[in-house]
Amino acid sequence: MKYLHLIWAALFRRKTRTILTLVSIIAAFLLFGLLDAVRVSFAEAGQSANGAERLQTGSKLSFIQTLPMALQARMAAIDGVKDVAFVNWFGGAYQDPHNQVFTFAVSENYLDVYPEVSVDPGQRKAYSDDLNGILAGEVLVKKYGWKIGDKIPLQSQIFPNKEGSKNWSFTLRGIMKSKDDKAFQSQMIVLHWKNFDETTPYNRGQVGWYVSRVKDVNDADRVAKAIDALSANSDHETKTQTEQAATRNWIKQLADIGLIVTSIMGAVFFTLILLTGNTMMQAVRERTSELAVLKTIGFSNGSVLGMVLAESVMLLLLGGLIGLALVSIINASLPAMSGGMITNAAVGWKSWGLGIVLALAIGIVIGALPASRAMRLNIVDALAGR
Amino acid sequence: MSTLVEIRNVSKTYERGKQKVEVLHHIDLNIAQGDFLALMGPSGSGKTTLLNLIGGLDSPTQGQISVGGARIDNLNQGALAKWRASNVGFIFQFYNLLPMLSAQKNVELPLLLTKLGAAQRKKNAAIALQLVGLAERAGHKPTELSGGQQQRVAIARAIVSDPTLLVCDEPTGDLDRQSAEDVLGLLQTLNRQHGKTIVMVTHDPKAAEYATHTLHLDKGALVEAAAHA
Repeated sequence: MKYLHLIWAALFRRKTRTILTLVSIIAAFLLFGLLDAVRVSFAEAGQSANGAERLQTGSKLSFIQTLPMALQARMAAIDGVKDVAFVNWFGGAYQDPHNQVFTFAVSENYLDVYPEVSVDPGQRKAYSDDLNGILAGEVLVKKYGWKIGDKIPLQSQIFPNKEGSKNWSFTLRGIMKSKDDKAFQSQMIVLHWKNFDETTPYNRGQVGWYVSRVKDVNDADRVAKAIDALSANSDHETKTQTEQAATRNWIKQLADIGLIVTSIMGAVFFTLILLTGNTMMQAVRERTSELAVLKTIGFSNGSVLGMVLAESVMLLLLGGLIGLALVSIINASLPAMSGGMITNAAVGWKSWGLGIVLALAIGIVIGALPASRAMRLNIVDALAGR
Repeated sequence: MSTLVEIRNVSKTYERGKQKVEVLHHIDLNIAQGDFLALMGPSGSGKTTLLNLIGGLDSPTQGQISVGGARIDNLNQGALAKWRASNVGFIFQFYNLLPMLSAQKNVELPLLLTKLGAAQRKKNAAIALQLVGLAERAGHKPTELSGGQQQRVAIARAIVSDPTLLVCDEPTGDLDRQSAEDVLGLLQTLNRQHGKTIVMVTHDPKAAEYATHTLHLDKGALVEAAAHA
């Protein structure tokens, strides 16, 4: 600790260079923090106490393959199943194709399998009574300034209505509220599956996927197997998974987020090592005579090695901590920006820990060579300028 | 006076590529405690090499060097560093202060190797700066000081841990006449009033006049000795 002022002074001996290096480290750790938060969010997607009770059943072939509606009753009859709801993807754009809104056609009991989502009883009844009614998430309602009773025009990406137009019009009958405004339901719209099925000529009694709720979480595995057994060797074989696993698989079909994040960060940190390593080498080379003076005075080889290493570690830690702190600030607005898809973008202690370990490791790696040169410095040669 | 530095049959050979260059040949020398010795000689005569050996910055290829009764020629680098920290103060031609530290912090540097606390280090550094007449410039960085002032800060750094021996390599080589005289006067005071043993390499005969003895080196051998009043 008593060498701290010495290390700090050496670090900022060339302020401009150090600040520029620091900015590059901050940028690298900012990117790391943002990408890691995205990775963690995707990894944790679907994880909740209620989510653990839910199973999703989709086609074994692909999530775009539909299933017969008749399965609902057979699934509901399986011992351990509490409720079975079903869902179809509708997709929707509000006013402008850029305003994509997650919209699903759902069975009447859909909200029963999502007890964490609440709707005012009066609004829920109004929704039930109006086949053309919809429920919208609270965040979405606030975002577009909708009011109950508003006509909401939505353009489906796939499904035409009876007139062959993809422009649909619905009436907002209720608002879905969730304790967590980052929850998916806060950002989505549900419409009556019956309305969807009767209006579009494309569906004809088919279901996108089923969501069932089990009575006992510990029984989920057995129930999942029993559900899949219903369609075994048929033309519509199913795959039943927990909500978390289903979400993870769905995301994986889009992209391997973990691999992408790791690849990008690998490239970023590799470049950082080269750039910062070069800067450290230059910084130490410029201080050859000063290091020689320290050794002349009596600083041991080990002390000089430690000071140069500490300097590079301090630089990396400083940049890393500032970068991660910035991520914490930026991430506060990320859930809204991602339309609720990223539900847990906060920098968790694991990300902080990983960031600090990375900063330490990179600091040691880039400091190792200049530190070892400083340690092996020959005093007589260095003082003579050789 | 008792002998502080005892040099016996010391030779030093450097390897420059495939060539071996013997810089010092079989030097025998005693330096008494409290002496102020000037080492003179032409460039390449081995003055700085001899000074480096006396200060424990380098080890002889052959021979023995004892300082204060302790052999230093056979110490490893770690032990030599420790020995230097507690026994020798160094003063260089170009001051070699750390530019990012204030005068006070530069003077405190050798004390970082002691067990003294921060307050005591600060106090001792302030005393050393006062001794060299720069107490009021303690907060200034080297670039804010003149050459003579920088050299006085370097002297304060050399004496702050109260070493027995001061080794000075051309301490006035980069100074104007007035500053040089101030610095030499200061060294003389440290020698006469504080009993410091000083070994100084210089090209300047006027600087050598401040010493009590002058030794001349030529081609790696001692050729002449003179005593001053």
